[in-house]
This record gives sequence, C-alpha cells and structure tokens, in this order.
Amino acid sequence: MSIVRAHDVGVVACETCGWVLPEWAALEGRPCNRCGLLAHARRPRSLEKSLAWLAAGIICYLPANLLPVIYTSGIGGSQDSTILSGVVSFWRAGSWDIAALIFTASVAVPLTKFLGLGLLQWSARCGSDWARVSRGKLYRIVEFIGYWSMLDVVVVGLTCALLQFKTFEQAEPRVGIVFFCAVVITTMLSALSFDPRLIWDGRNRG
Amino acid sequence: MDERAAAVAELPAPRIETRRRLPSLVWIVPIIALLVGASLLVNALRAAGPRITISFQTAEGIEVDKTLIKYRNVVVGHVSGIALSQDHTQVLVTADLTRSAQAVTMLDTRFWVVRPRIALGAISGLETLISGAYISMESGVSTTPQRHFVGLESPPPLAHGPNGKLVVLEAQDAGSVSLGAPVYFRRVRVGRVINEELDPRGARVHVEVFVDGPYDRFVTRASRFWNASGIDLALDSAGLRLQTQSLAAVLAGGIAFESAPGLIDETPVPSGARFALYRNEQEAVAPPNGEPRYVQMRFTQSLRGLAPGAPVEFIGVDIGKVISIDLDYDVKQHRFPLIVTAALYPERMGRAYQVLRDNGTAEHEDRMAGLVGQLVARGLRAQARPASLLLARQLYISLDFIPGVAPAAFNPRAAPLEIPTAPADIEKLQRRLESILAKIDALPLASLAHHGDESLQELHRVLRDVDEGVVPSAEAALLSARQTLGTLDRTVAEDSPLSERLREVSSEAERTLRSVRFLTDYLGRHPEALLRGRRAEDVDRNPERVEKTP
Repeated sequence: MSIVRAHDVGVVACETCGWVLPEWAALEGRPCNRCGLLAHARRPRSLEKSLAWLAAGIICYLPANLLPVIYTSGIGGSQDSTILSGVVSFWRAGSWDIAALIFTASVAVPLTKFLGLGLLQWSARCGSDWARVSRGKLYRIVEFIGYWSMLDVVVVGLTCALLQFKTFEQAEPRVGIVFFCAVVITTMLSALSFDPRLIWDGRNRG
Repeated sequence: MDERAAAVAELPAPRIETRRRLPSLVWIVPIIALLVGASLLVNALRAAGPRITISFQTAEGIEVDKTLIKYRNVVVGHVSGIALSQDHTQVLVTADLTRSAQAVTMLDTRFWVVRPRIALGAISGLETLISGAYISMESGVSTTPQRHFVGLESPPPLAHGPNGKLVVLEAQDAGSVSLGAPVYFRRVRVGRVINEELDPRGARVHVEVFVDGPYDRFVTRASRFWNASGIDLALDSAGLRLQTQSLAAVLAGGIAFESAPGLIDETPVPSGARFALYRNEQEAVAPPNGEPRYVQMRFTQSLRGLAPGAPVEFIGVDIGKVISIDLDYDVKQHRFPLIVTAALYPERMGRAYQVLRDNGTAEHEDRMAGLVGQLVARGLRAQARPASLLLARQLYISLDFIPGVAPAAFNPRAAPLEIPTAPADIEKLQRRLESILAKIDALPLASLAHHGDESLQELHRVLRDVDEGVVPSAEAALLSARQTLGTLDRTVAEDSPLSERLREVSSEAERTLRSVRFLTDYLGRHPEALLRGRRAEDVDRNPERVEKTP
C-alpha cells in the first residue's frame, strides 16, 4: 500500500485550521497564514510527551484502584469503598447493570487506553508499517473514550453532594478519586500529545 | 533534475549540530505521580500496624472488612479475615491494626466482641444493635508484644474509669451479688461489681468492686462493706428483720459500704485493698470484734433451740456467739452434759474493755482468768434463755449475775475457761413442777387405797354388829322412854293439880321479889331506916304499898 504523505509533497497542513503551507515555511517556524498558530510537520517531541503522560497515568492508576474513593456512613455502619469493592457490592446487591457500567468506565476504559496508547506509541517509535488504518481508528477510539472515564468521578461527586444527611447518611470523597481523576486527565493528555501522523511515517520517516 | 542536483551540490555541506536535548518537562508529571504514589505507599506502610489473630468460639456478628477493632472507642483496626482453626473448634479472626495500636497489643491484651447485652443491672452495647458488633480491646500491663490472642467470650468485668479504685472484698459466699451489681455509698450509686472469683482453695469468694472517682476517696480504712442484696429477711433470736436497699439492688443484688461508726480513720486505702464483706449492715457496723476468746459452758439440760451462731450476751450486751455444741459423757453420773463453746469478743464490751486493757488485765491470760473467777464468785452464771416468749424455741446464752446462787467451782487454769451454768428461770419453774410431780408420784397411793379399803370393811362389820345387837335393845329403851315421857306429859298437863300449884307458887314468888326490890330501893334512899324504921309519909307515897296493903 503506497501512501503519499504531506511531507512527500513538501507541504504542511495547519493542525488547527487545515491551511496548507509549504514545508520549508513550517520548518522555519512561520505561523499559519490563516490562523496565526505555529504549524508543525510533526508535533515536536510528541512520542516523548505522550509516553510521559502515559507513564503518569499508569502510576496514578495503582493508587486510584487501591485507595478508597468514597466513604459512606450511616445507619448500619460506615465504610471506605474502593472502585472494585463498589463494583462488587453493586453486583452482589443485584444492580449488575450499574456494576457493569462502573466496571467499564473505571477498569475497562482506562486499561483500553493504556494498551491502545502504548501500542500506538510503540509502533510509531518502531516505524512499523503494520495495520496503519486500524491504528488510525484505534487512535480515534482512544481519543473518543478518554473522557468517559470521568463517569466515576461524576458518580462520586454526585453521591457526596446528595448524601449529606449528616448522622443518617453521609458520603465523603476519598483520595483515591483524585488519583482516578489524574488517570483520566493524564491519559487524555497522552492521547492529545500523540501525533497521529506518526502512524503513517513508517520506516522512511524524515 | 540536473539543475536541482547542481543546486544541491552547490549548497554547503549541512552542518549537523547534535544538540544535547534535555528530556521534555512533561516527565515531571509521572515523576510527581510516582512520588505522590510512593509517599502514599510509605504512609500506608508506616500507618499499618500489626496483623493479629484472635480466636473466638463464634464469629457471630463479625464481618470481614466491616467489623472494627476499637480501643477505648477509637477505631484502631478492622477485621481482615475470618477462618476456622485447623481443628474446627475455633474461629480465627484476623485483624489489621493501625500503628498506634501496636503499643497495646501485648501479651495480656484482651479482646472481646461487643454485642448488645441486656442484664438486670445494666444495658450495654446498645449502639451495636444498629452499627453491628465490634471487637473491643483492653490493654494490660505486659510489655511483651503478642500477635495471637484468645478472645473473651463475654466482656471482661471492667470498664475502668480513669479514676476510681479497685477493692477486693472477701466473703463467705457471693450471696445474691452478681457481676455489674451496683455499689452504694449512703444509697448513692458509686460503683459496681466487676468480678467474682473463688480463691484458689475455694474457701472464700473474692468480689472485686470498682468504686468510681471521686467517690473512691470515701473508701477508707474505716469502711465496712456489706451485702445489700435483695431482700434480707432474717428470723433469729433478735426477732424478724427486713432490709432492702434500692429496687435495683433487690433485683440484681448489690453491695453497700459506709464508714463504721466511731472510727475516724479517714486514710484512703490504695487500689486493690482488701476488705471483709459482711452479710448485712448490722454485722458490718458492729464494733470490731477483735481477737476472740473462747469459753466453755456445761449444761445439763436440753438445749434444743440453741444453734451455733446464737448470741452470747453479757448483761444484755451481745459480746459473742456460740461456736459449737458438743455432747459429753459423764462416766460417774452416767449423764450426757452438753458442752457449749462460745467465742467472746472482749472488744465488743467497749469502754469496759478499754478499762481492762488500760490496767493490763486484757493482755494476761492468768489475770483475765482471775477476773472471770472473781465474777463467777460474785454469781456470774451462764444460762440458756429463750430469746422471747414468741420465739421460745430460740435460745441464747446469757452471762449474768444471779443473786443467791449456789457457789460453783471455777478452775482458772482451764483452757478454755469454763463458766459455770445455772438453770434458766423458766427451767426452774419446770424443775419445780417436776419435783412436785415427782412427790405426787412418790406417794404410796396403792397401799393407801388398800388401807382405806380395809377400814371400810371394818366399819361395815361394826355397823352390822350394831345392827344386830344394839338396835333391838335400843328399841326397848326407846319404848320405855316414850312411856316415861307420856307419864310426864300427863303430870304437867294444863288442868293437872301439879300445874295449878306451880302457877300459884310462881305468882307468890313474883310478889315476894317485888317486895324485896322495894325494900332495896328504900334502903338505898334511906339507909338510916335500918336503925330508925320506916317513916309514916314514906308509907303514903308508896303506891305499891297502898295497892298492896289495902
């Protein structure tokens, strides 16, 4: 499959407005003629930044799952719940749909992002020619699902806001949710830092 | 293309600068994440205390990750696992404690499950009805760390307040005192019973009582504790007594204490002090007994109604009690005297004892014996008396001076001293009745009756003789007597000459007598008439004379 890149024809498209300008202008650091932003043939240090954000996300993912995210107290006792214990308790309570939703949002989605971003970065670094179209789709998927992990954060926020009947029922966020939030943000930033044009560079990048 | 190649060739060779590129600043983010995560991990590891296992009989109410471990109501851990022991007889509860709890997981730390408990005296653990059970712990004094514990099946008998005092009471039996029973001081609830246990030999009961601060300062050396349990109904030689404390004490039992009257030793005792637990208030506030002295008394009569524990009174003052009643055998007289041993507490005699102690009598056995000997010589005797008319069968021993009692032998060297006895008043009465009956019994009634019978027969014989011999002649005598009387009757009849004569004689005699009286009267007035004779005017004035001498 022969692919003609912008680089091959000596032009660069502005990432913001899509204005095409000559590659040499971009290399000289001239801004886009139309929108005035800097246009890059490839985002500078894209792989490095993306990797760093991904690493931060993975690091934050551990405490996000190990530490409690919410504390509930009320008649019947008080307890700290982690994300997984919440999933389990919802499942046991019969609310398997909610359990599945939370599981998807808090476990499946982040892990998909980690794997997807890792795969994209690794293949881009290697200059692999493998399944470039699919990888492009994968990138769009990763970018799309990124913010859905915020569902957990929203759930905790809503719960804590609603359950404030003091002695009877009370919910408070715990530090785990901060880490979870950080996971979502860093993986989104990782996806944002990744230049999808790298997918198409292949070995003969230049 | 050539032009282009030429143009390229014209260009100077590109100067390749290998800039040393610093890593992107974005790397700070994962580093920060790493640091925060690591610090959390370190914190968690540092906060994590020991993991302990506690064995219980049952895991009732214990849930993994939910059941908390509390120390003084502060959460210090939670249950992280429940498993059966290898032999399936125990439940092994694994608990993760916080670091702060490390200092209190020592060898003698106690764990128990707090569940709602409702007893008569107190309701506890009520909050666990809603919150679920939790495991409570209490530290001991040991400093040896321990990781495996045997949990208590019931709460330990203390919930020590920070202030207060532990007092150990020694009692004969626990009475109706139960764990948690209230302790009263002047009927104010100041503490509770926290433990009951037998002493190692099983001879006494040790009741541990915790008196809360600030009331613990009322526990002094002068304090007397008694069992204020339930309803104390006593029927003894002192009559009928009913004592109660509060309703709670009636139901759950209780202990009361007060300072003994007259003792002003206000020194507070240290925690763990030992006291005697008296059976009732009366015993408790009685003067201190001091050292008992034993005496013996030898009774010859039945002592039914005298029981060990019966009071011994000296001139009406309770100074001791009967210890034992033994049966003795008197070889010479073939009798069974009763030997009553009594413990006397001289200190109960109050001032009298002080006097005795001051002059040194109390210390020396021989002087004491001499004193008792003098008292005996002055008539001191022991008597078994009925406590009251109503309770005639309850006897007590009375030591009293009996006037006019027969002297009794007293051996001052005997140990224990023997106090001679005297029969009781009621017994005297009994004795007298007995002797009267005995005398009646001794009368020869049979022979008496025999003699009487003989006499009667004799009489009968005499009477028959009289009937046969005397009666006919008596009839003849009576007949002649009747004839004589008939003759006499005829002689003195109204119209008989004899009677006529008699009537004449009597009237003549009457007249004669009147004349004599006149004469004596006249002579009384005129004694000279004896010599001169009667004067004429005197004769005129005498009507009788006129009448008689017509």
